[in-house]
Formats: sequence, structure tokens, C-alpha cells
Amino acid sequence: MTLQPITGRTALTVPDGPRHARIHGIGGYRPERVVTNEEICRHIDSSDEWIQQRSGIIERRFAAPDETVVDMAEHASVKALEMAGVSADQIDVILLATVSFPYQTPAAAPLLAIRLGADDPAAYDISAACAGYCYGISMANDMIRAGSAQFVLVVGVEKLSDFTSPTDRGTAFIFGDGAGAAVVGPSDFPGIGPTVAGSDGHNWDKIVQRQAWTDLRPAMDHPQPGQETPTWPAIEMQGQSVFRWAVFSMAPVAARTITAAGIAPEDLDAFVPHQANMRITDAMVKALKLPEGVAVARDVATTGNTSAASVPLAMSRMLEAGDIPHGGLALQIGFGAGLVYAAQVVVLP
Amino acid sequence: MALNEQEILEGLAEIVNEETGIETDAVQMDKSFTEDLDIDSLSMMTIVVNAEDKFGVRIPDDEVKNLTHVRDAVNYINNNQG
Repeated sequence: MTLQPITGRTALTVPDGPRHARIHGIGGYRPERVVTNEEICRHIDSSDEWIQQRSGIIERRFAAPDETVVDMAEHASVKALEMAGVSADQIDVILLATVSFPYQTPAAAPLLAIRLGADDPAAYDISAACAGYCYGISMANDMIRAGSAQFVLVVGVEKLSDFTSPTDRGTAFIFGDGAGAAVVGPSDFPGIGPTVAGSDGHNWDKIVQRQAWTDLRPAMDHPQPGQETPTWPAIEMQGQSVFRWAVFSMAPVAARTITAAGIAPEDLDAFVPHQANMRITDAMVKALKLPEGVAVARDVATTGNTSAASVPLAMSRMLEAGDIPHGGLALQIGFGAGLVYAAQVVVLP
Repeated sequence: MALNEQEILEGLAEIVNEETGIETDAVQMDKSFTEDLDIDSLSMMTIVVNAEDKFGVRIPDDEVKNLTHVRDAVNYINNNQG
């Protein structure tokens, strides 16, 4: 049905945004403690060789027991703001992507705003697992171009060591902790290409918290004599199925993203996929037939899988190392629990 | 036209060779993918997807664990090819 405003009422005022947006600065934070495969193997029947062959992971970082998601997010955000030359009080929105902030509510983002000294920004969390950061970049791009915000801080941060079972042979060696952040703002040129995103709820249980919080409640509210102690609801994963989906469904998504941006694979300077597993990255590169000259993020080797943090962590490290050029083009793709995914081509800050 | 067992075995051996470098002659009906050919579960998934493309069959995730030997894979493809 068609709708017309009531005659005589004043029309709403809506803002005009800039035509384009881009990433102005990016920063990463890795916790101090290095956790080797040997340490992981104290709790699972495995070996350094098996883990490396299976995942390409040599070591990962774990946050200190008293180091929080907000602490790590703050470190990464400060670096991103510094690179962007933007002060915290210029940030209008904070989008914080995480699945490991240990409060059902409230969100972590308002705490981060306080830490940074931001001036009353809109602040909320995004729950899109390993795709959360790329979802955030997409939302930031749209907010800026619509005139809703001038600068948006997008953070991907995880303390997955809190939600991993050290005795689960399928996940114990995979996950790590860390944070990555990006400042997105107005641009004179297109700096963020179209986002290709989607979800597959049929495979909701492929990567999943073992139990719902409410499953634990009876044992806590009404403990029975002699009852078993409830187990911590760690994240579990059906590795083979996830591998299949990640490689054979996400490579076509990556290809569509390149096409949507109106470029060719040869135009890319970098490919920064979610750092899930080196085998997934290798298989995606093969499936995409990426040209030799495209630098491929392989940060998983020394960082592990840091879910929402992995893309900005990998990208910031490659930029700091001089492996990829400022102003170059990077294809970034996040994919994970949900199952959900999001990808876009961005101009490197 | 449906392929016979020998043709499926040869096609599967090519896929295994492409993924792992294992000689096609080594891919025989009585070989175990894990024990004899030393193929891990992630490589097995790649082989399965490439076999789906090559033979026009659908091999669900739940079915893959039943394909322990080359013969199992050949029989599954033979029974389900389009």
C-alpha cells in the first residue's frame, strides 16, 4: 500500500552524508603471554607436528587472567585512533564485535567509550562471531555515507581462552586472544567496496556454545545432593563440516566480492581472510586462483584463531611490516559461527 | 552415461593425487584413506567436494565418516551418480 505523510505536517529533516567512506587507521593488540603447542598438548593427546600440519598454528597468545575484552579493545583502539589522526571525542559510534565478553548484558562497547574518553558516542556490540568485524565495517560505511556519523570505531576483540575447553581436541589448539580496531570516516574516494554478506542458519550448530546459559540454571538455582557439577559451556566446533563450508562456500563469496567492487583479482594487493586455519586459507587461495603478487595474510601461525579480531590483527601486522602498501586494495572476508559471513574490498589505510 | 567402478576408481585416484600428491596407482579399492594413504580429515573433505563436482553426486557431511576405504567411496559414487 502507498503511504503519504499527513498533509500540512512539517517534513522530517534528514542528514546528507559524504559520498564515500574509508578506513583512516587500524591497530592491533596481542596479549603478552605466548602459548606454545607444547603447552596445549599438556591437556590433549596431540603433538606440535600434528597441530602445525592440521592448522598451521605454531603458537597463539592468551590474555592474562585479569585482562579483559575491554582492556584489549582499548589498546587496539588507541593505535587505530593514533594512525587515523582522529581523537576519541570525534567518534560518533563504537561498534564492538565479540562473542567472548562474559556478560549477557550490558554490552562492552559503552565501557570502551569511557576508557577512550569518547564523547557520548552510540555504542553497542555485534554478535557475528568471526564475521563481526567485517559486519562492523559494512555498518560503519553505511552510517557515514548516510550522514548518521562522521567517524565510527569498529573493534573486533576476543578472549576465547575463556570459552575454550583445554581438553577439547577439536578446538583447544585453534583459538587465541587479541584485539583489532579500525577508524572509519569520510573519504574523497571510494574506500570501502560493496559488502557481500549472508547467513546459513541450517548449520547453526556447527560452531556453538556447548549449552545455553539457561541449561545451567537448574543446577545452580536448585542444586541436588550428589548432582554432577555443571560443565562450562565452552565453544565446540565440527571441524570437518566447517572446513568444507569455509573453503567451498566462502571462496565463491570472495570472488563475488571482487566482482561487486568492480575490480579484477590482479588489482588486489592483499587477501586478508579470517584467520581460521592455515589449511582453510591455503585452500581458499587455490580455489580463488589468486595471482602470485597478492599478499596473503597468514597471521594465524603465531596468533591462532582470534575470531572477530583476526582480520584487523592480520591487516595491521602486514601494514606495520611493510608487506602491503598504504592506499592498496585488500579483500577481507570474515566467516564463522552462525554460520555467517561478510566480505568487502577496502583501500588500505 | 553412468561410469563403471573402474572409471570411478580412476577418477577418484586423480582427485586424490591432485590433493595429496599420492600416486594414482596407490589408490586401490582395499586401501584405507587414513591408515594406508595417510589422508587427514581436512584433505578428505577436499577430495569429497572435488568428487561431488566430478561425478555429479552429493556426499553429505554425515556420510563422509562412513567412507573409510576407497571401496566405500567408489561404491557410494556408483550407487548415487546421476
